[in-house]
Formats: sequence, structure tokens, C-alpha cells
Amino acid sequence: MGGALNINHLLFLGHGALWTIGLSAIALIGGGSFGFLVALGRVSPSRAVRLLAATYVQIIQGTPLLVIMFLSFFGLAALGLNISPLLAAGASMTIFVAAYLGEIWRGCIEAVPKQQWEAAEGLALSRSQRMIKVILPQAIRIATPPTVGFMVQIVKNTSLASVVGFVELTRSGQIINNSLFEPFIIYSIIALVYFSLCYPLSRLSRRLERTALHKKPALA
Amino acid sequence: MNAHVIPPAAPPNAPVVALRDVHKSFGALKVLDGVSFAVGRGEVIVLIGRSGSGKSTALRCIDRFETIDGGEIEVCGRRVDDARLDVRALRQDVGIVFQSYNLFPHLTIEENITLAPHAVKKVPKAEARALAAKVLAQVGLEEKLHAYPEQLSGGQQQRAAIARSLAMQPKVMLFDEVTSALDPELTGEVLKVIEALAADGMTMVLVTHEMSFARGIADQVVFMHKGKVHEAGPAGILSSPSTPELAQFVGTGL
Repeated sequence: MGGALNINHLLFLGHGALWTIGLSAIALIGGGSFGFLVALGRVSPSRAVRLLAATYVQIIQGTPLLVIMFLSFFGLAALGLNISPLLAAGASMTIFVAAYLGEIWRGCIEAVPKQQWEAAEGLALSRSQRMIKVILPQAIRIATPPTVGFMVQIVKNTSLASVVGFVELTRSGQIINNSLFEPFIIYSIIALVYFSLCYPLSRLSRRLERTALHKKPALA
Repeated sequence: MNAHVIPPAAPPNAPVVALRDVHKSFGALKVLDGVSFAVGRGEVIVLIGRSGSGKSTALRCIDRFETIDGGEIEVCGRRVDDARLDVRALRQDVGIVFQSYNLFPHLTIEENITLAPHAVKKVPKAEARALAAKVLAQVGLEEKLHAYPEQLSGGQQQRAAIARSLAMQPKVMLFDEVTSALDPELTGEVLKVIEALAADGMTMVLVTHEMSFARGIADQVVFMHKGKVHEAGPAGILSSPSTPELAQFVGTGL
């Protein structure tokens, strides 16, 4: 036990950091796809669908991600359904991210002026044509800065997957610390890695926001 | 009795648009209180009145942007007040142009124009592009084919919006205060396009505040006041109104 921090420890941390990125990607792709459906559900013409989507969002936003992780790993195991830490973490992140991205994107869809819907209706476009050809392309532009901004939350929240034994950056730090007992140095390194993952994302988000703001009609 | 009776087609002189005793309320507010008027083929009807008189609502009811509470609306032989109406079929026959142009900002002018003919009427892409060039020439914007809406002036955007509607080859065009958002020096170019359409025989219903334009273009003027047709007749009624309300409106409107 004990000893000094060496290259093997750093490689182990690097491996964990890769899994943090991997889990973030899973969360973004899974949560993004599911969240897109949630957003469409929130603006659906069907009251039942709207209610269903809203209920989902309310339940997930009212539940800590940590509890969702516990439920999907230990809870399902208690019911006889053993799933791997990767699957539990990936599913939990997907469920969690879908609720938040769904809500962000609903706002972006609703931010497209009502007159755009009317103009599309006046041209006899069907509802799905209005959505796909007219509303979504405009909503995506509005959605880009907040979505990139939310990716920062995704990256940081993957640290909670450590509780289900998923060896991402935080968990790999814990494991190393258990043998080295150098919590200050090790967690400082980890904080620095998180920061260097998140900072470019928040800078990008802010820049996208600025360019979106300044992209006003050139001619009156 | 006779098994071969063919359902009577709409008579050739049947109105393209007809409102009969139309009632419409927004909550407790009665906006249309028994409105009737008819628009014959090739006719230009101008709806005038103060804001809140119901003229824009009447126009929007024709294209089913509002549903009515009572009465009948018939457009191109279709009952618009029928709940089973095929709304998209109606809107292929009716073109509408709005005050705020509402071009699609993410599409070029050409894409704005070809979108509906291609998506709705399944006009092949090449044919739709030829159509776009034709309707843009009609509004004098042929050189703006590949521009984005934000690169156009307000007057040009509104002309492009008119072209977009024309590309669907509607049987009747509705204009909802299409020059109200424009600077005065830009209204002329838009009104000229509308006048050219009228000269071409397009059936039109216009809501406008431009009294001299109304006088020049209208076959029939409908003055709305408090949700009713208060006075209606040929454009001459603007010069010699028979009700004090229209006299006052025209007096202040000039």
C-alpha cells in the first residue's frame, strides 16, 4: 500500500477520463434522441401525449440523478434483473438528460414565432411538413447554444455513475486514492480534468449565443 | 326517381367566397355579429374599418384560421364551416399574405416559393423552380431568387411573400393589412404588385388602411363597424358615404 503517484496511476486516470467522455457521449446521443421525442410530445396536438411527456419531465426533474442511478442498478438487481454498471449508468443518464433536453428543446420550438406556423399552414403544408421543413430548422438554431451549455452538466453529472461501480474519472480517482491516500493531489487532478473538459464547452456555448444574438437581419 | 342525376355543379357565376350571417366571439367579446358578403370571380373586395371592427377576423375565417360560431362560409364550393372540411384542400385554393410577411428565414427566396408546390402539390423540383422564377418576375424580384429574406427590404419581402402564395396558383387571394408594417416609401411597390394581380383578374379580399388604394382597386367596399357590415357598396361609397360612421372613418382615414 501507499507509494508515490506514478505514470500508471495517471494512465488509469486517463482511462477513467475516456469513460467519462464515453458516458457523456452515450448520454448525449441517448438522451438527445429520447429528449427530441419528449420535446415533440410536449408540443403535440394530442392532449394525452402532451400530458404523458409533461409527467415524464416532472417526475425526472423531481428525482435526483443519484437516486435514478441507484434505482437502475441496485433496484433492478433486487428485482432479479442484473445489469452491468455501464448499462445502468448509460440508461440513467439517458433518462435524466432526455427530461432536461426535452424541456430545453420544447422552449426552442415554442420560441419560433407563431406567424411561421400560420404562414406554413396558409401554404397547405401538413403538420409534419410544417414541423420538419419550417419549424425545426429554426428551432435547431435557437437550441444550439443552450444544448452545448447543457453538455457541461452532462459531463459533470457522469461523476455520479461512480456510485454504481462504473469506473469513470471520479471512480478511478477514488480507486487510486484508496491505495495512495493523497486525496488533495488526486482530486485536484480530477477537478482539473473535469474543468478542461467543461471549459471549452461553456466557452463554445457562449460564443454560439453571441453569434446567434448578433445575427440580426442585415437590412431593414 | 332519376338514377342519373348529376349533382349540380356550382353555377359559373357562383361567388368564390361567400359569408352568410357569420358570428364569431372570442370569449365574451363578439367580433363578428352577423357578417355577410360575397366575392364573385375576378372581383376585388376591400374590407375597411377601425381596428377591432372584425375585418381581419372575417378574413381569417375565410382561410379557416378561425372557426366560426354561427352562419355559413363558402369558398370555391366548399363549406368552410363544416367540421369535416379538408382544410389543406381549402388552403390550396386560397392564398393568404400577412402583415408581417412571414417568409421562412432559413430558406432562400426560391426555396420559400418552391417548398409548398413541391411538398403539397408534388410539383417536380425543376418545374417548381421554373414556377418560382415566373412568380418572382411577376412581382419584379427575379434577381432575388437566391437571396435570404433578411437580405431583402420589407417591401421586397412582402412581394416575395405574395409570389410564394401565387406559386400555389390559388383561386382567391387574401391580403391582411399587407402594407401596415412597411415604411410609407415601401408601400407603393407592394400595392403596385397587388394592382397588377387585380388587373390580371385575380379574385381578392383585402383588409387595408390605404384608402386611396382601396378607392382605386375595389369592385366592392365593405365597411365593418362593431362586428357588422355597416355599409357596403362600390368604391364610390368612400367618396359619398351614407352612414355617419363611414363618413367619420373616411374623414379620419385620409
